[in-house]
Amino acid sequence: MSKPIVATASLAGCFGCHMSILDIDERILPLIDLVEFNKSPIDDIKEFTKTCDIGIIEGGCCNSENVHVLKEFRKHCKILISLGECAIMGGLPALRNGIPIGECLKEAYLEGPTVKNNVHKILPNDSELPMLLDRVYPCHEIVKIDYFLPGCPPRADLIWDALVALITGKEMKLPYEVIKFD
Amino acid sequence: MSEKIAFTIDGVTCKGEKGQFLVDAARDNGIYIPTLCNIPGVNPKSCCRICTVYVNGLPMTACSLQVFDGMEIINDTPALIEQRKIILEALFVEGNHYCPFCEKSGNCMLQALAYRFGMLAPRFPYTFPVREVDASHPKIIKDQNRCILCKRCIKAIKDEKGRSIFAYHRRGNKLRVHIDPKLALALTDELAQKAMDVCPVGSILVREKGYRVPIGQRTYDKMPIGSDIEVKK
Amino acid sequence: MNASVQTIVGKYRKDPTRLIDILIDIQSEVGCVSDETVNYLAQELGLSGVDILQTLSFYHFFSQESRGKYTVYLNNSLVARMMGMDEVAKAFEKEVGCKFGSVSPDGLIGLFETSDIGMNDQEPAALINNVVFTRLTPFRVKELVKDMKAGKRVDEMFTEGYGDGNNGSVLVKAMVNNNIRRVGLILSDAGNPGDALKRIISISPEAVIEIVKDSNLRGRGGAGFPTGLKWEFCRKARETERFIFCNADEGEPGTFKDRVILTQFPYLVFEGMTIAGYATGARLGVLYLRYEYKYLEKFLNNILYDLRDRKLLGKAILGKEGFDFDIRIQYGAGAYVCGEESALLESAEGRRGEPRDRPPFPVEKGYLDKPTVVNNVETLGAVVRIINNGSEWYKSIGTKESSGSKVLSISGDCKYPGVYEVPWGFSIKDMLEMTGAVHVQAVQVGGPSGTLIGPDEFNRTLSYADLATGGSMIIIGPNWDILNDVVLNFMDFFIEESCGSCSTCRNFPVIMRKTLLRIINGKGIKKDIDELLELGQLLKISRCGLGQTAGNPIVTSIKSFRHLYESKLQKDKDFISEFDMKAAVQESCDYVGRIPNLKEA
Repeated sequence: MSKPIVATASLAGCFGCHMSILDIDERILPLIDLVEFNKSPIDDIKEFTKTCDIGIIEGGCCNSENVHVLKEFRKHCKILISLGECAIMGGLPALRNGIPIGECLKEAYLEGPTVKNNVHKILPNDSELPMLLDRVYPCHEIVKIDYFLPGCPPRADLIWDALVALITGKEMKLPYEVIKFD
Repeated sequence: MSEKIAFTIDGVTCKGEKGQFLVDAARDNGIYIPTLCNIPGVNPKSCCRICTVYVNGLPMTACSLQVFDGMEIINDTPALIEQRKIILEALFVEGNHYCPFCEKSGNCMLQALAYRFGMLAPRFPYTFPVREVDASHPKIIKDQNRCILCKRCIKAIKDEKGRSIFAYHRRGNKLRVHIDPKLALALTDELAQKAMDVCPVGSILVREKGYRVPIGQRTYDKMPIGSDIEVKK
Repeated sequence: MNASVQTIVGKYRKDPTRLIDILIDIQSEVGCVSDETVNYLAQELGLSGVDILQTLSFYHFFSQESRGKYTVYLNNSLVARMMGMDEVAKAFEKEVGCKFGSVSPDGLIGLFETSDIGMNDQEPAALINNVVFTRLTPFRVKELVKDMKAGKRVDEMFTEGYGDGNNGSVLVKAMVNNNIRRVGLILSDAGNPGDALKRIISISPEAVIEIVKDSNLRGRGGAGFPTGLKWEFCRKARETERFIFCNADEGEPGTFKDRVILTQFPYLVFEGMTIAGYATGARLGVLYLRYEYKYLEKFLNNILYDLRDRKLLGKAILGKEGFDFDIRIQYGAGAYVCGEESALLESAEGRRGEPRDRPPFPVEKGYLDKPTVVNNVETLGAVVRIINNGSEWYKSIGTKESSGSKVLSISGDCKYPGVYEVPWGFSIKDMLEMTGAVHVQAVQVGGPSGTLIGPDEFNRTLSYADLATGGSMIIIGPNWDILNDVVLNFMDFFIEESCGSCSTCRNFPVIMRKTLLRIINGKGIKKDIDELLELGQLLKISRCGLGQTAGNPIVTSIKSFRHLYESKLQKDKDFISEFDMKAAVQESCDYVGRIPNLKEA
């Protein structure tokens, strides 16, 4: 049997979940033996070249690009995992969810204390840019998500145990210490 | 001397005293019945409904139910655990519970129960309500985003004249817990700390007291909530 | 401090348990309860400001800001909508120049919605400064607003005469109609006030309880607890100070029979309370009357004066030493949940109407922690008839397990809405024929907290064994969308009226409403129905009847009209996203000035 193929993406997140994947330390070697990585920042493959078995999503959706990537993942992956608080519930980026988007943009580009050089009062509006969503959406509000692995970031052991269980088809037995929301 | 009685929880014979609340009697027998709004020594509130057990087929809250002789209680069944999980998940989506930066994370009972019941993500859609953080008081901060309206502060924190410092405001899904601005001015350090301690979540915070315990050493980092009770069994 | 506020506080002897009365008086005299007043009350009553606000903010008819010189409360319940409330609301907004939920810029007229004012047989209806206006039309609204702008007194704004029966009496002067369409043992002019009291003073209280027990009379508010047993529990309670409460807080949308009984047969109710007082040893009776019926205040108080004059109330009733009993009226302030007996008692003690934990039951620990009987208006009326005619006579009416009659409030799509008294065992089919209802799609039995049934169940009967009910019957004709018009309206009602204390009742109906809306919008999947049923079942662990039944509109409609739900589901799908890219990016694109690129979305 060929090796299961894994893809990962970081949407509206801080990349901490990906760092946590790398945090499995020396187990990265057996992981490489166990799986093949496709589209992922880890190997810098930018587009899907194969149908994947497992897709791992970090971050929620804060713009149209995130939604697009997430939908592509759903199309190309048999199993989709929300990894970390941002993917599961929007996380820190979702703090803006109670604030009208206009106010956020005004603060970021026009009136915030660190805005110094925007003399022409330009708001980014190039058609090439992703469009901001009205709020940050948890991934499972956009596509079907099969598994949730919480944490900020999820503990490396949780990621390892869950992946191994999925790959080997064994029951996911996650110890108490590794399931944390922070 | 109180009258000694016997009752069963999930078929296990337990001993207790007549008039004892079921949560307390169960605890004495090494059986954990999950609660959120209950604090020992304060009149029961039965707000969160998580401690609901079945007595002769009828749902009853263990925090407000006084045990009697021969009572047969069902507490630990897959259906009841699922029921409690649903209640919890509804509480998670009702407010804004951002565990990653909450000062109470690791010591929060809502979170601890979610850990215990194995909640990975709530099944209901998040509501992202817009709620205020009331930082206008000198000693404490009231973050409405995290309030689960359990009434513990309302019941347990009174001033020296017995007046309420915390009270409900409005009703239904608009219900909030408000602080009396006048009485909050006179709040002692001790009472402020007590208010923070009775809050099961991170909704009441004493200023400059967050994050004192490092991750890994907090109350619920290593063992599930309730396991201190269950080791006695 | 405002002199009238000081007077009001003095009138209630600074008693914090009379906070509702104090707030009602302040609200009606001053127009609002300001922060300054709250602080003053806190100081005078020995409470904290948040305590005062806890009560104040709970009730619909209290406010901290002025609600206008004229305050319009328009009923938004299902039947009001069926009878044209939306057009009436639009007319109000147009004529007044402000939206519902606000006050006109000049502060003259405030427009507010309210949940059911007990006028379902004469909708659309509104309360304007405590005066009831029924059968409203956009034309009438124009006239009313014109009158308000001209500064007319509210009671001068009628264009039709007063209603039937006592509604026309000088102390009521209301345009309300009783619409009594079928008389019976309660709705009857038989006998004279005091007849039953004359009978009981020669027998012992225990014997009175025995008669009531023997009659098999059960509570008519809906829960159906045996009345005699309740009295007996109270009588046997250790504490000797006891109370009788008459629950006249009928707030279940579609019910208005207690209003009719109190308007037309008030002597019956007060005599019933007095009998209960004799039987249980209580000396004070309290009629807890919903605020919506405040227009009956003078009329009812006058009857109490008359009863005292006739020695049928007060000290040594009918000359019998030791038989002392008096009655006062306690108003609610707009909260459906106060119809629940323990919430009613909390409210009567000046607090937010939050149901209590049981046990202890009110018969052991009720008003002011003393043994208290809470009986429905109709129950107390039945007691008088039972005393006068005997329990055997009473049992000969109705069915074996449900003795006596039931007074029904019937409204909705029928020719003759109104109040009908029928013996228990009456079928829905007969009820529809009796009221001239044709092409009936569904009947809501027992109001939103009851059961929605379809035509294949119209042979069912009203009884404690089959369809138990407090008496609200809403007939739903063919023109309504059951899910969108009926069920959604009822869910909104429960969400609005929950006290919010139980997390289940606070959260589940909100989640269920959202799921229902998803189904209505064609985005539901099969799993949604299972989840609705599960949450509906879970609501049963809530503390009180409101929470326990808050899922009933959905649960019972799934049972009777499952096909309506299923026809809207997306079949063969296990996931549907409600995400709408166009809507989600609109605001940010507008703000930065770009045209959304939705090619990929």
